[in-house]
Formats: sequence, C-alpha cells, structure tokens
Amino acid sequence: MNFDRIMIRYGEMALKGKNKKAFEQKLQSNIARMLRKHPETTIQKTQGRMFVHLNGEDPHEVMQKCQNVFGIHSLSFTVKVEKEEEQMKEAVLLAFNEANDAKSFKISSKRTDKTFPIPSQEMNPILGGHILRNTENVKVDVHNPDVEIKVEVRHEGTYVTAQDYPGGGGLPVGTTGKSLLMLSGGIDSPVSGYLTMKRGVEIDAVHFHSPPYTSERAKQKVIDLAQELAKYGSKINIHVIPFTGIQQKIHREMPEGYSMTIMRRMMMRISEKVASKENILSLTTGESLGQVASQTMESMNTINEVTNYPIVRPLVSMDKLEIIDIARKIGTYDISIRPFEDCCTVFVPKAPKTKPNREKANYYESNADFTQDIEDALEESYVIEVTADHVKTNQQKDDEFSDLL
Amino acid sequence: MIYLDNSATTRPLPEVLDSFQKAADQYYANPSSVHSFGSEAERLLERSRKQASSLLQVDPQEVVFTSGGTEGNNMAVKGIAFQHQTRGKHLITSRIEHPSVIQAFGALESLGFEVTYINVNKDGKVNLEELKGALREDTTLVSIMSVNNELGTLQPIKEIGQILKDYPKIFFHVDHVQGIGKIDLPIKDWGIDLCTISGHKIHGLKGTGALVVQKYVSLFPLLHGGSQESEVRAGTENLPGTVAFVKALRLLHEDQIGKSDHLRTLRHLLWTSLKKRSYCQINSPKDGAPHIVNFSIPGYKPEVVIHSLGEKGIFISTKSACSSKQPDVSTVLKACNLDHDLTTSALRVSMSYQNNEKEIEKFLEILDTTVEKLQQTMG
Repeated sequence: MNFDRIMIRYGEMALKGKNKKAFEQKLQSNIARMLRKHPETTIQKTQGRMFVHLNGEDPHEVMQKCQNVFGIHSLSFTVKVEKEEEQMKEAVLLAFNEANDAKSFKISSKRTDKTFPIPSQEMNPILGGHILRNTENVKVDVHNPDVEIKVEVRHEGTYVTAQDYPGGGGLPVGTTGKSLLMLSGGIDSPVSGYLTMKRGVEIDAVHFHSPPYTSERAKQKVIDLAQELAKYGSKINIHVIPFTGIQQKIHREMPEGYSMTIMRRMMMRISEKVASKENILSLTTGESLGQVASQTMESMNTINEVTNYPIVRPLVSMDKLEIIDIARKIGTYDISIRPFEDCCTVFVPKAPKTKPNREKANYYESNADFTQDIEDALEESYVIEVTADHVKTNQQKDDEFSDLL
Repeated sequence: MIYLDNSATTRPLPEVLDSFQKAADQYYANPSSVHSFGSEAERLLERSRKQASSLLQVDPQEVVFTSGGTEGNNMAVKGIAFQHQTRGKHLITSRIEHPSVIQAFGALESLGFEVTYINVNKDGKVNLEELKGALREDTTLVSIMSVNNELGTLQPIKEIGQILKDYPKIFFHVDHVQGIGKIDLPIKDWGIDLCTISGHKIHGLKGTGALVVQKYVSLFPLLHGGSQESEVRAGTENLPGTVAFVKALRLLHEDQIGKSDHLRTLRHLLWTSLKKRSYCQINSPKDGAPHIVNFSIPGYKPEVVIHSLGEKGIFISTKSACSSKQPDVSTVLKACNLDHDLTTSALRVSMSYQNNEKEIEKFLEILDTTVEKLQQTMG
C-alpha cells in the first residue's frame, strides 16, 4: 500500500471572502506549474481543500515540491482505502511509519457514513492496537502525540491522513501584483525577493551590470539566484542595465563622499522607469536598517527622494544572521557568497557619507546632467528570462521568433 | 496532379504550416492580455508587423493585419467613404475590379454615394484620360487594382499615383492581391495611400492578409469592439495566422528575387504554345502579369473543358473563383468589349513559382486531346 494523494490546506487564503475563488485558482495553477515534471499528477479542488492525486508519481518528490508553493498552510499524505477493517489497519500503519521518529500517536476517527458498523470511539482502539502490535517502544498519547492520524469513513471510502507537513505559508504568487526586485548578487536581495513572493507578489528583477568592472560571472550569479527564486514562483525576467557609463561619470564628476548615495539614486530612477514600462507598481530592495552606509535612516531618506514608487523592504528590521538563515533555507546563500564583484562593491568610496542629505545630493547632481545617460542605459538594457528549468535571453527569444517568421 | 489555379488560392508551404502550428501551440496567449505570456504574444505580433513592414517598405504602424483580401478591400473602400463623407460622397473605381471592391462600391451607392466606373480598353487597362476627367472636388477615393485577377492586366498604377499627386485630398487604394510577389509596387514612391494584400495567394493560409494604411490616413472601422490594430480592426488578433502570413511573405520575397525569371519563362512557353493552336484565342495582354494567361476556346462551355481537364488531374479555372459560380459571361471580359463568344468561353491558367515547364507541356498536351475529344462529341 502507498499514499495515493496529498491533502493541501490553505493558510491565510481561507480568509479572503469573495476573492477566495481567484486565490484558489491561482494556487492550483501554481501547484500545477511546480509539478510540471510529474505529468501524471492531477489536482482536485474540493470545499476548502485541494488534493494532489499522485497517480503513481513519487509521493516524497511531489510533497517536497508542493511545500515550496506559497499559499499553502500545511500538507499531509492521504490514502483512500475500502471501508474494510484490514485495509484501514494497514493504512494507519503506513501513516504512522511516515512520521519517522514518532514515539507516540493518537488516532482520531470520524464516521460520516453511519452505515459503517463500527462507531468512531470503538475504531480508535482497534486501529491503534494494530500500530502498537507492529511497532516497538511506541505508545498512545491522546493529549500531546508526536503524530495524529486522522481516519474518515465516508460513503465513497475511507480516508487515512498522516502527519502534517508545513507548507510555504503566505499567499499564492500572482495574487497581489508584481514588484521589481533590485537584485545585486549579495545575500540580502534574494531573501528579500523570496519574502516578497511569499506575500503573493510576482517579481521581475533589475540588475546593474558594469563590465569590465564586473564580470560575466557576476551576471551568471544573478541568473542563478533568480533561478532559485523561480522555484518558489513563476518565471522571473531580469532586466540587465549596463551601468558602467553612469558609474564612471559619477566617479569623475561627483564628490567621493556622495558618490555612493548618488549611484543609488541613479539606480532608483532607472528602476522606476523599468517598472513603469512593465506596468509594475513597486520596487523591492534588500535594505536592512543600519547594515551598511547606504542603509542608514539619512541615506534611505536621501536615496528615496528620487522615486515616489512604494519601496518594499522586507528585511528592514532583520538581523544579518536571520537573513543568512533564510538564505540558507531557500538555497541562495551558497550562490550569493561566490566571490565576484558586483556593481555595489566595485566603486565603493573609502569614506561614504553615512548621513547624506537631500539638499546636497540635489546640489551635486545639478552640476551634471544624467538624463541622457539614463536614457542610454535603458535603451541598451536587455531581458533574461529565467524559470526554474531554463534561462533564456532576449536574443534567444528573438531567434525563436525568427524561426517562426 | 498539375495545379494551375494559383490565382484562386495557393498551396501553403510546409514551412508556413510549421510556423502556424508552432505559434498556435507556443504563443496561444491573447496579445492583449496583461500577463507576461500575453506580452510575449504581443512581442511576436509586433515582430511580425516589423518584418512585414520592412518587406513592404512601409512603417510598422502602417500594417494592419486582416483576414484577407476581401476584408482589406472592404476596409479600405468603406473605411475611406464613411470617414470622409462629410467632405464628399463621390468615389471612383474601374469596371473590372474584384467583386470585393465592386460590390463594396455597389453597397455604398445604395447608401447615397456616387460612384464613377472607369472604362477599360481591349486589354483591360483603365483609360487614364477618362479617370482624369472624373476627378472632382468632392471625390474622396480612387480604387484601382494593380493586376487584374482574370486577365493579368497590369494597371498604370504609377501614372494614376502621379495624376493624384495634384489632388492631395483624394485617397488612392490599390487592390494588390494578385500583384504581390509578382510585380513591384513601391507603395510610398507611387503615392499609394492604402494597399490590400492577402496571405493565401502567396502560399500562406486562408484567412490572413494585411491592409497597408499610410500613417496620415484615418479610416472608419468595419469592426468595432477593441483597440487592436490601431483601433481600425477590433477582435483578438489571429497571431498564428499572421505569423504564417509574414513567413510566407518573406519566403515569397526571397523567391521573387531568385525566381522571377522562372515565372516569365513559364508564361512565355504557355503563351507561344497557345498562340499556335488554332482552336484558342488568347485574351490576356502580352505585357500582363507573369503568372496569368486567359484564353478562350470559342464554342465550348468553359465548365465542360474544366471538368474534362479535371478528370486528368489538371486544375485550371474559368473566371475568378469568386465569381465563377455565376453562369455565362465574364463581366471583366465584357468590360473589355470582347466578342460574346470569347467572353462566354474564357479559361484562366494561373501559375506559381512552384510550377515547372514539364507541367506546362503536359497541360498543353492534355488540352489538345481534350479539345479533340470534345470536337468529336460536340462539334
């Protein structure tokens, strides 16, 4: 006997009232996309629940993929058996064994089909006894069990549900709009993207690339990071902005102390333009208060002056160690620590102003006109499309079109 | 099988079908959808438009994708007439236009517009002096085809464009459905404001085509209901069809460069061979389009000839397919003032780059035996 389906319970989504249906549909399509490489699986929506029918696919692989999907509160393996004592016994034992280290358990039976001869209260000891007879050093604990096994006798059959696994939480990606993530290649921005996606937000990324100061490997790093993030959502378009010219001009014409602040302001301006072109309504950054010079209250105030787009900063109050924990958990940490320079590290002044102000930044910027430089950078920007399975550049996409035409 | 009815429709190229299938399968999103899948489809559509525009040597925003020649012609004729009716209700066309043009004008007449039909000579060429004389202050449109679909006659489009340069308020529409890929038509240089082309005449798919509408031209839309195609043609874009059409256009363009002599050679062979045959008389002008030869076998109903040839696997046609279901006279040939026995016995052979000399020879051979047989039974 094997598990034939996975039961999915919603989190916050259940509270969405009239919009619930749309949320459910999005969740279903997100799960389906995640399980594309398991073509036999089917998804069934029922009142307040969803079931993934395995149809022979590997239960543990499917479970692992479903756990990454945002909008799911918890998941459990479930098996449907006949309303027949021996089969039910075998099913509860399977469910118990699924929880590897469990030392205590509880069986909660429910009998919707009253024609089934054994009442719920009598079923618990019959099924529990079977587990006890087939295991060692295991006991029943009705108050604080390691695992609770649910048995539901319905008209169409009996469902036995094993322990709960935690889901991704949050909201299904794609239900709360889109944000443009400023993705540098460091540890913070991917985590920030992940947390934003967890709130149901789809993301595009903007990346500033400064050849020859930053290498192709730095860009590859960003692609790899985006690919990790894509595992939690849908495809991510990385808008790669050639930034060398602007950086050189800042370096040449702006006072050193303000160069970092002004560089960030330029990035903000460009990001806002990208967002506006793509109909994206907010920007997301990996800023964490007090971490580096650009993330002081004064810096944030001065940098933020150039955009009135909302800036989502999920990490703003997190400690570095908390951020690293999440980065490890979501698989971005090892990529982020690859030692390549990115545009935020290459032109760092010796003594960046930690308390810049808007007036001075505006004054310095007024000495040089960056309008054309920004236009040029946008003009020369290109898109790399990243999904969990593949990476496609604009050029490749265009080649595909050329074949068609 | 020898297929010589390419002016009715052509066989879609395998590459074209392949593009259609792939586009329909991989880019099925609605180009108007906001999601990224939709914007990808939109990008493909715009890439198609760009490619079409560069092949036609116009600007991308001047290409409106349509469902084919009939729609393009209706859109141009009615679109100009309605949009500019406050300025004038006088329109000009020729007597030998395609039914999708002639009947559109007929419909406008019933709505109170006045139409002048320019006569043609024996070869089917419009009379330029008559055209000049017909131009008026309240004329809004002149619509003349580039290549006649029955005779292959080339109209003096360049000269008409030249004449109309002195009338900046009159729009010039050219039905180029038979001409595309066979003859050059520099739209911008010749003062053409609107130009119809169709996909299925160039080895693309039926239900595809384009109307070129110069930037400064405003049209009353035939179809309302959305902002697609610069708001002159509402409705979800036929992306796979369009992609296939533009592919066909590119392949045609390459063919045209490489093989334009080929068609002329075929036509010359056909022409000189038919000329030698006493039972037939050629109706097409000698300097016509390189793919159409119209001839009559006086005394024999064209349908009988067509069916007899069809039995041997050879497919030609009578008049244009669009009017061939109507019996008797060809109105085009009648407008050319040809004798009654010629207008009632006309046949059309229309070739494509895919035909070869062997096929033409085979056709002639079978035509001879067919006519001989018919003479025995009917003569």
